[in-house]
Amino acid sequence: MKTYKTLSILAALAISFSSCSDDDNPDVVNEEEVITTVRFELSPITTGSSVVIQSQDLDGADGPDAPIITTMGTILASTQYTGSVQFLNEIDSPAEDVTLEVLEEADEHQVFYALTGSSGSTITYNDLDGNGNPIGVDFSFNSGVAGTDNTVIVTLRHEPSKDAEGVNEGLIANAGGETDIEVVFNFTVEN
Amino acid sequence: MKQLLLVVALITVGFSYSQNCSYTLLGEVKDFHDGEPIVQASIFIKTENRYITSDAEGKFKIENLCAKELLLVISHIACDTKTIRITIKGDTYKVIRLEHHVEELNEVSITGSSSRKETVTAQETTISEKTLKKYSALNLGDALKEVSGVSSINTGNTIVKPMINGMHSSRLLIVNNGVRQQDQEWGIEHAPNIDINSAGQISVIKGSGALAYGGDAIGGVIVINPSRIVLADSLYGNTILSGQTNGRAFSISSNLNKTYRNGWFVKGQGTYKQNGDFKAPDYYLTNTGSATKAFSVNTGYNTFESGFEVFYSYLNNEIGILRASHIGNIGDLVNAINSQEPLVTEDFSSTINSPKQDVTHHLAKLRYYKRFQSFGKVSVQYDYQNNQRFEFDVRVGDDRNKPALDLTLQTHTLTTDVILDSETDYKFKFGLMGRFQDNFANPETGVRRLIPDYNRYDFGTYLTVDWYVNETTSIDAGVRYDFNRIDAKKFYRTSRWEERGYDEDFGDIIIEDLGTQLLTNPIFDYHNISASTGIKFKLNTQNTFLFNYSLSRRPPNPSELFSDGLHHSAARIELGELRLKQELSNRVGLTYIYNNSDFNATVEGFYNRINDFIYLEPFGIEQTIRGAFPVWNYKQSNAELFGIDVSLNYNATDNLVLANKSAFIRGNDLSDNRPLIDMPAFNTINSVNFFKPEWNDLSITLKSEWVLEQTQFPDNNFEVFIASTNTTELVDISTPPPAYHLLHFYSDMSFDISRKMILNIALSVNNIFNTTYRAYLNRLRYFSDDLGRNVMLQLQLNY
Repeated sequence: MKTYKTLSILAALAISFSSCSDDDNPDVVNEEEVITTVRFELSPITTGSSVVIQSQDLDGADGPDAPIITTMGTILASTQYTGSVQFLNEIDSPAEDVTLEVLEEADEHQVFYALTGSSGSTITYNDLDGNGNPIGVDFSFNSGVAGTDNTVIVTLRHEPSKDAEGVNEGLIANAGGETDIEVVFNFTVEN
Repeated sequence: MKQLLLVVALITVGFSYSQNCSYTLLGEVKDFHDGEPIVQASIFIKTENRYITSDAEGKFKIENLCAKELLLVISHIACDTKTIRITIKGDTYKVIRLEHHVEELNEVSITGSSSRKETVTAQETTISEKTLKKYSALNLGDALKEVSGVSSINTGNTIVKPMINGMHSSRLLIVNNGVRQQDQEWGIEHAPNIDINSAGQISVIKGSGALAYGGDAIGGVIVINPSRIVLADSLYGNTILSGQTNGRAFSISSNLNKTYRNGWFVKGQGTYKQNGDFKAPDYYLTNTGSATKAFSVNTGYNTFESGFEVFYSYLNNEIGILRASHIGNIGDLVNAINSQEPLVTEDFSSTINSPKQDVTHHLAKLRYYKRFQSFGKVSVQYDYQNNQRFEFDVRVGDDRNKPALDLTLQTHTLTTDVILDSETDYKFKFGLMGRFQDNFANPETGVRRLIPDYNRYDFGTYLTVDWYVNETTSIDAGVRYDFNRIDAKKFYRTSRWEERGYDEDFGDIIIEDLGTQLLTNPIFDYHNISASTGIKFKLNTQNTFLFNYSLSRRPPNPSELFSDGLHHSAARIELGELRLKQELSNRVGLTYIYNNSDFNATVEGFYNRINDFIYLEPFGIEQTIRGAFPVWNYKQSNAELFGIDVSLNYNATDNLVLANKSAFIRGNDLSDNRPLIDMPAFNTINSVNFFKPEWNDLSITLKSEWVLEQTQFPDNNFEVFIASTNTTELVDISTPPPAYHLLHFYSDMSFDISRKMILNIALSVNNIFNTTYRAYLNRLRYFSDDLGRNVMLQLQLNY
């Protein structure tokens, strides 16, 4: 008899065990180092108006929505522009400027620009990190001749090998590292 | 003519032997620990196929022996079975020492068999303490590969997840010292948090036959037991030191045990291991260092009537992940696949940088048992586990040293088991289990939670019976019911919520709308019935057949339900599925065992049909600001797995053993009519072992490991536009690497330092020819070659 009594106590213990819970809701996580927006900005040195091409992906790199690309302004042929790229986290409000973080750790970052199209536009780096290697946040943009089929691929690499062949000149092939940003902008150069 | 000559030859041989058949063997069976005689030990004279037993003084006598070799198998309830060879040259006297163990005394064993099997009819293999010691410096997953049909799925060489008949992670159940291991085992990159040095014996059970531990072990059960406690006044222990050339690894492990004749015992054990960057034949594998710190303490009181045990163990693993495997997007993955060498290789270093894992596991256990006369044994156990997992990614700025993943999983379990063994032919066992689990995902990481906060409630009850029908036949059967409830609080991105169509099916579980994110409260209940039955038929001393059928159900794990994010080393977005149901497995296993004095063979065949098999499959490509990513989501399908595992041992001479282990397996997705992913290819391991007990127990083994190329795989390749090269490329993530063949060497010798101290020295070489290879089941195979040559020296001191 004693045996069965022991058993039933144990059984009761086992059942009563699974009956506690907490009702606190977890805190929401607003992602800290996400880049939602890439702004490619050109300002003419002499004549013309500013141009901004922007890619905005508000649900981040693992959200289902594709980035939205918008172009403001017109790129004029045979024009020299000073250019810059800006990385923003617009999930935060006000938006956080991630470019500052890139510049802070300039030796570990580089922005690459790959240009194609009939206009023959070119980009040259205008900035240097502490080791005398380019960063790519500031650059010069030469628009070339008029054409409609141009693209510029903007890639931000973390921990590239800046000493590898061609990387200093902006060639990505040997850069290695990991890709934080990769956007393709189409643009037209007008007369 | 030839036959006639043979007959003449045989008669001559027979005649010459029969002349000297007048010798006597006098034997004494004694307890290894205190020298007390062992009464009623069974002595099976294998060469003559007859049994005798030891008398009241532990003695036995075999008369009329010829001058030849005798093979004896000595067994006794509660002792290790011992097989010895005696060469009879004249009248011989021999003392045989058997090791008595208290744990067997706790159960009135009816079979007389002493190997500690967990099941009667399942496909079960045990790995002995001696074999486990060889793996002191390695991982649990490495040691389990001693069993034919067991492989592993690896992330590098330190994260080694065991795989039984093609199944791993949540489909395996690991029981460590009577506690079901709860260490976020759903993750394919989460290795079991167990120090192999704490194991005294491991049983690998293929399929879900061990219902006492759980009903969801579709792949199998791994039961890890600590070394046994002797019932004698004794102080003993051992220390293992080892060094390896590859990774400049160093490891030390030590244990000390104090036991008393009256049943009290105290045990302590500790391990420290570390290694720097491993090396493939041509380069260092940068950031593959790791460090393990582990210890356990155990005390209690054990007698036949009652006893208790208090156990605590701690384990911390810090594991560096190959630097080159941390990639940003699909273009990086293509670069990695196309490059012959990893994109980051540096000189040797023992620093562990990001990416890395830092995991701590605590286990505390209290157990009490009492035996009731003419009833059986009742035991009750409470255990608590705390699993803290940090994963560090390569991050920038202020977040550099902040983990990207910070999960704490706490588990409380209360179990009661009752064994009714007062009847000699039947053994009944039933039990109840209640479990509460709390998972906390720390939001301080600044990264959206991969796995949400959840509470889980489990309740289980089972009944099993072992029926020893007669000398030749045993039958077992069991049934189990489990209830699981998972109650989670998860944030979804509104865009993802809608893309998955959850807004239509799960609109009522939203508890808060934050604009871009939704807080939801999914609560799912699962009712699972599982069952198992089988028969063991011993045709004669040489031939045994086992048949087993098991039915098991597994509810989806948190990762399958809730995963939601970018998986860095795979460059893919992985998505859980709230609509998943349980998997249902029907498995049959048929085993044939052949045993004679010179040749042993075990052949295990199985067929496992799984309805609603849960797996990850590519679903599409999504464009993001990082470039394009393939999206993989969990889905269900009907699957079948079947295979044969073979294990052969042949004593070619008195000093030479030839062995073979081979495993063949196929897995098919029946709904989509294509092979299952990540199935081990056919592999065969052949070894030659030379041993000479007279030369300080010298043993030398040469082992050949041959793994074929897996030709059965699903084609998940896809084409993607690579911006950096401005081309569209085929991303070949599916094709398995080619076949490979490796040669390994192992040798050891034992020296008596003093009467109670034995030193064992082992020297081994893995991958002797420094062969370059990649393994299909290593998830880092896209990024680097596998390990090159490794020379290991191990010193083991038993005292």
